[in-house]
Parts: sequence; C-alpha cells; structure tokens
Amino acid sequence: MNAETKIESRELSYAEAIREAMDIALSTDERVVLMGEDIGVYGGAFQVTGDLVEKYGEDRVMDTPISELGGAGVAVGAAMTGLRPIFEFQFSDFATLAMEQIVNQAAKVRYMLGGSVSVPVVMRFPAGSGTGAAAQHSQSLEAWLGHVPGLKVVQPSTPEDAKGLLLAALEDPDPVMIFEHKILYKMKGPVPAGHYITPIGKAAIRREGKDLTIVGTSIMVHKAMAAAETLAEEGIDAEVIDLRSVRPMDRETVLASVRKTGRLLCVYEGVKTLGVGAEVSAMVAESDAFDFLDAPIVRLGGAECPIPYNPELEKAVVPQVPDILDAARKLATGAI
Amino acid sequence: MDSIDDVANAPYAIRHYAPETLKDALRKMFLIRKFEEGAEDSYTRGLIHGTMHLSIGQEASAVGSCMALTDEDKITSTHRGHGHCVAKGADLGKMFAEFFGKETGYCKGRGGSMHIADPGKGNLGANGIVGGGLPIAVGAALSAKRLGTGAVTVCFFGDGANNEGAFHEALNMAAVWKLPVVFVCENNKYGMSTSTERSTAVANIADRAVAYAMPGKTVDGNDFSAVAESVDTAVARARAGEGPSLIENVTYRWRGHSKSDRNRYRTKEEITDWMARDPIPRMARLLIDHHILSEADVDAIEAEAEATIKDAIAFAADSPDPTVDAVTRDVYTDEIAA
Ligand SMILES: Cc1ncc(C[n+]2csc(CCOP(=O)(O)OP(=O)(O)O)c2C)c(N)n1
Ligand SMILES: [Mg+2]
Repeated sequence: MNAETKIESRELSYAEAIREAMDIALSTDERVVLMGEDIGVYGGAFQVTGDLVEKYGEDRVMDTPISELGGAGVAVGAAMTGLRPIFEFQFSDFATLAMEQIVNQAAKVRYMLGGSVSVPVVMRFPAGSGTGAAAQHSQSLEAWLGHVPGLKVVQPSTPEDAKGLLLAALEDPDPVMIFEHKILYKMKGPVPAGHYITPIGKAAIRREGKDLTIVGTSIMVHKAMAAAETLAEEGIDAEVIDLRSVRPMDRETVLASVRKTGRLLCVYEGVKTLGVGAEVSAMVAESDAFDFLDAPIVRLGGAECPIPYNPELEKAVVPQVPDILDAARKLATGAI
Repeated sequence: MDSIDDVANAPYAIRHYAPETLKDALRKMFLIRKFEEGAEDSYTRGLIHGTMHLSIGQEASAVGSCMALTDEDKITSTHRGHGHCVAKGADLGKMFAEFFGKETGYCKGRGGSMHIADPGKGNLGANGIVGGGLPIAVGAALSAKRLGTGAVTVCFFGDGANNEGAFHEALNMAAVWKLPVVFVCENNKYGMSTSTERSTAVANIADRAVAYAMPGKTVDGNDFSAVAESVDTAVARARAGEGPSLIENVTYRWRGHSKSDRNRYRTKEEITDWMARDPIPRMARLLIDHHILSEADVDAIEAEAEATIKDAIAFAADSPDPTVDAVTRDVYTDEIAA
C-alpha cells in the first residue's frame, strides 16, 4: 500500500492479519467457508482462525475429521461447484497426505476439462522450522507445489502481505497455495484496514541497493534485511527482494535488480537442492542478466537432511544471518 | 457375589499372569506416569523446546496391550507414544535423553518426543503423522508372515487416526492377507479438540471392524485386566495365523492435547470425572485385593519408579549434545556427497 491511498494502517500480527482477511471474506462473500482440523473452538493449531467460529458458526468454520486427503478433496469439489473454500492444513507437512487432490485434481482439472471448469480453492500451509517440532512438522515444501502447473504458490513475509495475498487468492479463479511461516505468526507490522489485495506473481523490493541482490523468501527476507543492515555499516549496499510468489515468479523484478548489482545471492529455507533458489538462479542464468553478473550466483538453502529436533542442529540446517553475511561479504568483495 | 479368593472367577489378569508379571505391569504403569510427569516438569522448567503429548490417564492401555508380546514382536506407536515405549521395555534414560535432544538419546537427538523408537525391543517408533504407523504395522506383519518369524505386531493409534485413509487401507490389506497384526485404537474421546461424536460416523470405532471382516471389540481401556484379556486373545489369534483384530481401548487423556491446548472443547467436570477413574490405583487395588501385593509393596513400587525417573532425567541432563558437523549423517545408509 502506498501513502496516497490513505487507508488507515494498524499494527497487527501476521496471524491476526490472516484472520482479518478471512473475516472480511466471510462477511462479504456467502460462498466462503473455512475448513480444517481444529479451526473451530480450538482456534487452529496456531490460533490463526481464533474466534471466527463464534462469529460465523460451525457451518462456515468447519472442523474436519483428521482426513487431509478427503478434506482437501472436499474443498476442491466445493470450489468447482460454487463455494470458495479456504482449507487450512494444520502443518504444511500434511500436504503430503493430500497430494493426490492437490496435484492430480486441483491443479489439473481445468486443463484436463478443456478450460470448462475452474477450481478457485485457497489452501493455507503453516510451514517452516524453528519450533522444535522435528522432521515431520517443520518442512518447507513450497518448491514441491511450485513445480506443478495449474497451482499458484505464494509465501507472504509480512502481516500486510499475509492479508493481501489471501484476499488476492480469494479473487483468483485458480487454486492458490499459501505457505505461511509459523515463526512469523506472532510478528507484528502495519496492516491496512479494509479490503485490499497484494498481487500474486509480484515480488517486492524491501531495500534498494547497488552492490548485490539478495532474493529471499518468507522468513529469510527478514534475515536478509538484518544482514543488509550490518553490510551497510561495512559499506556493502545490498538490495533485498522479497520474492513473495514462487509460481508465477516475478522474473522482471529479479532480472532488473541483477542487471543493476551484478551479484546474486538466493536465500530460502527449503532444501537447497532443486529448491526455489535453483529456479531463481536458472532464470537469471538463462537471461540477458547473466551478462551483467560479476560473480557466480550463490544459493543458501536448507541442508540436505530432514529438520532435526535438537535446537542447535535445527538452527544449523537452515540459513541464519551470519551465513547470509558471510556469503554476501564474499560475493561483494570478489572472494567468490 | 463371589469371594475375592475365588480364583476361577477372578479377573483375567489374576488368572493368567504370575505375581511377578503383574507386579512388573504395575511398575511399568507407574513408570509411564512418572515419565510423563517428569517430562511435563522439564518442559515447564524450560529444558525442552518443541512440544509433547502426554499419555497420563492411558497407562493401562499401553501396558495391558503389550502383555503377550516378546522382544521379537513389534509395535508401531503414535505422537502420544511415551507409554507404548515404556510398555515395550525401553530404557528410561535413553528416552529422556532423546526428549532432551541429546546424543545419547534413542535417536541421537534428531527425533525428539514424537519420534522415539527402540527397534531392539521391537518398537518401530512413535510417529508425527496421525495414522502414519498403520500401514507400517501391516508391513511388519507381512514380513513376519513371509519370513515365518511368528512375530505379531501391535499397532497403536488414536480415535482421530481412524478417519485417515491410511486406517481403512491398512485394515483392509491386513484382513485380505490374513496378517498377524492387532490394531489397538486408544479412544480417548478426542482428536485434539474434535470429539469422536463430531468426527466419526460410527458409535464405536470397533464397529469399523465389520467393514474389514475382522473381530472388533470395545474395551474399558482403564481396566488393565480387560485390556490384557482382549489384546492377548487377539495376539493369540494373530499368532495362530487367523488374521487381524481391532481392539478399541476407551480411555481418556488428562492433560491437554499438547502444550498449546486451552481445553476449550471439554468441561472441567468431564476431566475430573475421568481422573476419578485413574487406571493405576485401580490396578493396584486389583493386586492388593488378590493378595499379590500389600499397600506397602505398592508404595515401594511407586517410590522405585520415581527414583528410576529421577536417575533417567539426571542421565539425560548430563549427556552431551550432538555435534553440528554430523547433522547430515544418517540421511542415507552409505554417505553420499550432497
Ligand atoms: C496427518 C496428520 N494430521 C494432523 C496432525 C496433527 N495432529 C497431531 S495429533 C492430532 C490428534 C490425534 O488424535 P488421536 O488420533 O485421537 O490421538 P490422541 O492425540 O488423542 O492421542 C492431530 C490432529 C498430524 N500430526 N498428522
Ligand atoms: Mg484421541
């Protein structure tokens, strides 16, 4: 949002911003229903739906049984036939149980049926590590879904975008998968009141700079911003891009930045190999921006292992601010 | 009413097990209770990061269901798995060390509470995925049948898990292939906040056995003897090559689902009502009434369990953390370059 629109902003947490988006949707569109495990009286495992069930009742804030495949499929079928379901996975890891409906059905129905149907379903995935929940509750699977044509995949990093992308997803005629980072749920930030959208497929430049481009996703944007502060004190001027959308990916914003800085560092929490940063790197390598590169592209991603339980190990397997600093310094000083 | 000394009419457990075995069962129930209390206390004192799922109130189900099992027999467990692990004979120190994320833990600090396993004792592991253990148990039973080991697998899962596709697929295959597996549903009335009334179409989960042509039985899961009788019968049937069974142990978890639970979906009265049906004093009473133990013996067993847990916690606290440089070890059996 820019200042000209004069919409009042308040400080809300990321979780509150998402809840506000769902509240607006429920109050303005009868077709909207929320579905998920323990999203009613429990308020959701991360308290994102909170008290919405009190306001809208159990017919619109529906607790499903523990049936991810079935639940996601019901949401897909309902979306094909007039409802606007927002389906919450309790943890993004449980997308693995629902892959059939997401990948074979939601993503492909429109195409297979020659464009005669669309599937306006929204799915929300609490993702990421940092909670000590270990290997089956800490993954970042956005690249999995980003690999599937027919799906749109976004990763908000701020409360404002968490709300704006959810409202954009609801207006989108196709399935939109929203990866929310669990550690960000409590993070506060300014959120415009009322209805607005954050466009899907558009990256945001969080900090302008001329020496190197750091493309981050989700929580890594905040780590990149923290690193950029320190780098600035050292005379290294980093540009930080919040990718926001994994599919479609904002090619132009990334390429323009790389043409300007000549150096690219990708930072993402998902496993490094075959992850989001691989795509960003290839996008640059395949374009004219490649000619502007003064150094090899560097990726920082999750280690090649499941997320371990021990807190020190857990921290060690995803990029941290010192890792970003280290890589950025090497890149900017020509050590790479 | 028959006299308590009328052995022929005594409860199953009294008729079937040696006093030492019963004493050991009570000891394990106390160990589970004290383990969970120690875990909760460690969490409150900030020694644990992450979450945990306590099985306080469900001890009779865990111990009663493992009575007929040897170390060759397998179990698969759940996120609420500490009790199953103890019942199958785990080392308490290694369990606590895992809970503390230490190198000396069952999973070298990589798994934590939700992934404790003890393959040496036949425990194929807790599971972070609701329903994740069901097909795995069927696989273990398939191995036992093909390899002729005679082993039986007891598959623990919750009432919530019975609505996962994996439950239905697993039961069907086990029945079609007549595999030596016993499905033990610990129906503690809720999957997180969702009651079985709100999640499950049948009144009793054991009713679902009909759909898979296997015996199904609903049992008072806080009655050690009733649990042991039902599961022992099912294990014997499995061992005899007659196929799977579904046992539903009706029980209750006293604590919240996990640490984030505000208990808004159930009443205080319901909780206190179930706490009055504590399976441990009930088991102790059974053994005292049948002159197997005295009150003083029970107190001694409890005190001993408490001491064991104290030692286990000390062992865990004193153990080293795993080192970061080995964090990608054990992803593959033979290391490969990343
Ligand atoms: C596939 C999957 N869905 C959801 C969850 C989150 N979750 C963990 S435990 C649980 C409730 C399980 O209920 P139940 O099977 O009855 O076991 P209980 O917790 O009551 O022992 C839920 C929803 C999960 N871990 N895995
Ligand atoms: Mg349950």
